[in-house]
Amino acid sequence: MSEIRQKFMNWYKGLPTEFNIFLVLIGMALLFEVLGWIFIGQSFILNKRRLIIMILQVSVIGIIAIGVTQVIIMAGIDLSGGSLVAFSAIVAASLAQTSNYSKAVFPHLTDLPFLIPVFAGIGAGLIAGFISGNLIARTGIPAFIATLGMLVSARGAAAWYNNGKPVSFLSDGFTSLGQGAWPVVIFLTVALVFHILMRYTKYGKHTYAIGSNEEAARVAGINIKRHKIIVYSIAGALSGLAGVVTASRAMSAQAGMGMMYELDAISAAVIGGTSLFGGRGRITGTLIGVLILGVITSGFVFLRINAYYQDMVKGAIIVGAVILDQYRNNKIKNKDKDI
Amino acid sequence: MSSIQKKVILRTKGLTKHYGGVKALEGADFSLKDGEHVAIVGDNGAGKSTFIRQVTGVEIPTSGKIYFDGELVNFKTPADAKEAGIETVYQNLALADDLDVPSNIFLGQEEIYFNLGPFSFLNEKKMYEKSLEVLAKTGVKIPNLKNPMSHMSGGQRQCVAVSRSAGFASKLVILDEPTAALGVQETAQVEKIIKNLKKQDIPLIVISHNLRQVFDLVDKIWVFRQGKIVGSVETSKSNTNEIVSLITGIKQEVDQEASFI
Repeated sequence: MSEIRQKFMNWYKGLPTEFNIFLVLIGMALLFEVLGWIFIGQSFILNKRRLIIMILQVSVIGIIAIGVTQVIIMAGIDLSGGSLVAFSAIVAASLAQTSNYSKAVFPHLTDLPFLIPVFAGIGAGLIAGFISGNLIARTGIPAFIATLGMLVSARGAAAWYNNGKPVSFLSDGFTSLGQGAWPVVIFLTVALVFHILMRYTKYGKHTYAIGSNEEAARVAGINIKRHKIIVYSIAGALSGLAGVVTASRAMSAQAGMGMMYELDAISAAVIGGTSLFGGRGRITGTLIGVLILGVITSGFVFLRINAYYQDMVKGAIIVGAVILDQYRNNKIKNKDKDI
Repeated sequence: MSSIQKKVILRTKGLTKHYGGVKALEGADFSLKDGEHVAIVGDNGAGKSTFIRQVTGVEIPTSGKIYFDGELVNFKTPADAKEAGIETVYQNLALADDLDVPSNIFLGQEEIYFNLGPFSFLNEKKMYEKSLEVLAKTGVKIPNLKNPMSHMSGGQRQCVAVSRSAGFASKLVILDEPTAALGVQETAQVEKIIKNLKKQDIPLIVISHNLRQVFDLVDKIWVFRQGKIVGSVETSKSNTNEIVSLITGIKQEVDQEASFI
C-alpha cells in the first residue's frame, strides 16, 4: 500500500507546481457551476459572454500582475501598480484628445497618432518604476516603503496633472485599443513575452538568482543594483501599459482609476504560486492566479451574492495561498535534504 | 626549484581593514607565486576571512595595496575581481538555492545562445553538458542536475561551489573553509578537486582549520593572529607543532625565527 502511495507521490512531485493551482481553478469553476444549477438554474461555465467579460475584466490586473510577479521573484514587492495605472492613464489620455473638444489639456497637441499617447503612458509608468528602482537599489530602503511612497505620490500626481478633473474626448484610434478583444490580446502577448524572458534569458535567470540568494548573485558578478532598477522599471512600464488600456477602454481617464489594483495583482501572483520569499514563481502560475480572481468575481456576480462577501473570500484565499507558500518553504528547507 | 623563477601572481602590501574601532586586519604583506598552493590558518577572528574579502573586492580595504598579476589593482566589486581572474568560494556557500546545478555553476557567466536586442537567450544544453563534464572530474555524484540546490546534501552543494570556481580557467582560486561542514567522503572529494588544480598549475589560497588537510595539500602556510600575519612556513620544512604555536602565540619568539626562512 505504501509503495503505491510512494509511486503516486513521485508522480505528483514530478508535475509542475502550477498543477495544484490549476486544480483550484477548475474546482472553483465547477463549484460555481453546481451552485449555479441549484440556485439560479443555469450554467456558469457554458456561457460565452460571461467568460469573455470575465477575461476582459482581469486583463488589466493581469498586465500589472506580470510585472509584479518578476518583482516578487526577485524577492521585492511593488505596491505602486494601481496608482501608476491612474497616472499613466491620465498622461496618455491628455495626449489622445480630439480637436473637437475646445478645453483639451494641451490644446496644441490634439489629434495625434494613437501611438504617441500609448508610448507616453507606458513611458510615464517606466519613469515612475525607474524612480522606485533607484530608491530601492541605491538607498537600500525596503521595496515595501519605496513603492508605498510611489503609491501615494503617483495618485497625487494623477490628480495634480489636470487639477483633479477627468480627461475625456479621446480619439477613435486611441479608444479602439480598449475595445473588443484587444485588452485580452495585449495581456496574453505580454504574458507570453515575459514567460519567455523569465524562462529562457539571462534577464530571467538573474532575477531568480537575486531572489534566491542576493549575496550569491552579487559575488557571482551580477550587477545587483542595475538589475533591480531594470526590473522595477519594467514593472512600472507594464503598469503604464495597463493604464493605457484602462483609459482606452473607459474612453476617459481620471485620478481615481485603478484603485487597489496593486493588491489584486499581488494576490494573483501569490495565488499563482510565486513565493514572497523570492526565487520561485512562474508567469504561467500568475496567469492561472489572475483567472482564479476572475472566476471569483464573476461567480459571485453570477450567484447574485453581495459584493462585500466577495472581498472577504478573496482576502481569505490570499492568506491561504501565503500559508501554503510558507508550508512549502519550510518543507524544502527541512525535509528534502540528503537525497 | 622551478617555483623560484615563477612570477608572483598576488601580492599585498600593508593591507589594513578597520571596522570602526576594530582592527580586523593590520598591515598584511602577503605574496603568492604562480602555480603555488598556500593555506591561510589562524584562530577565529584572526583576520583570515577579512583578508580574503579585501582581495576579492567584497570589501574595500582601509589602506594598503594589492598587486594582482603584476598590476596594482583596486577592486570595487566582486565582479571586478572575477573579471581579473580570481574565483572565490565563500564560507557561507554562495549558491542560489532555488536554481539548478548548471545555473549555479554558470551564474554570472552564462553560455549565450543568441542575443535578441538587450536580451540574451541562454544555451541551457551547453551549460548542462559542461556541468556534467566539470562534475565528472571531481567524482561527485549528483543524481539529477536539474534539481534545485535546496534538494542537495552539504557535500554535493560544496562540490558544486568548488567546481564552479575550478571549472573556469582562472588565474587564482580562493576557497574559504571548503570542508568545514563536510563528512569524510565529501572532504575527500573536495580535496581531489584541489589536487586537480595543482596538476593544472592554477594557484590556490585555502583557508582551513584542518592542519592535517593543510599539510597534505599545500606548499606553504601563512599564519594569521589577531589581525596580523605572524609567519609563513613551507610545509616541507615545518610540522604541526610549529604551526599550532604560531596560531596560539605560545613560544612565539622561538618559532618566529624559523618561520621566516
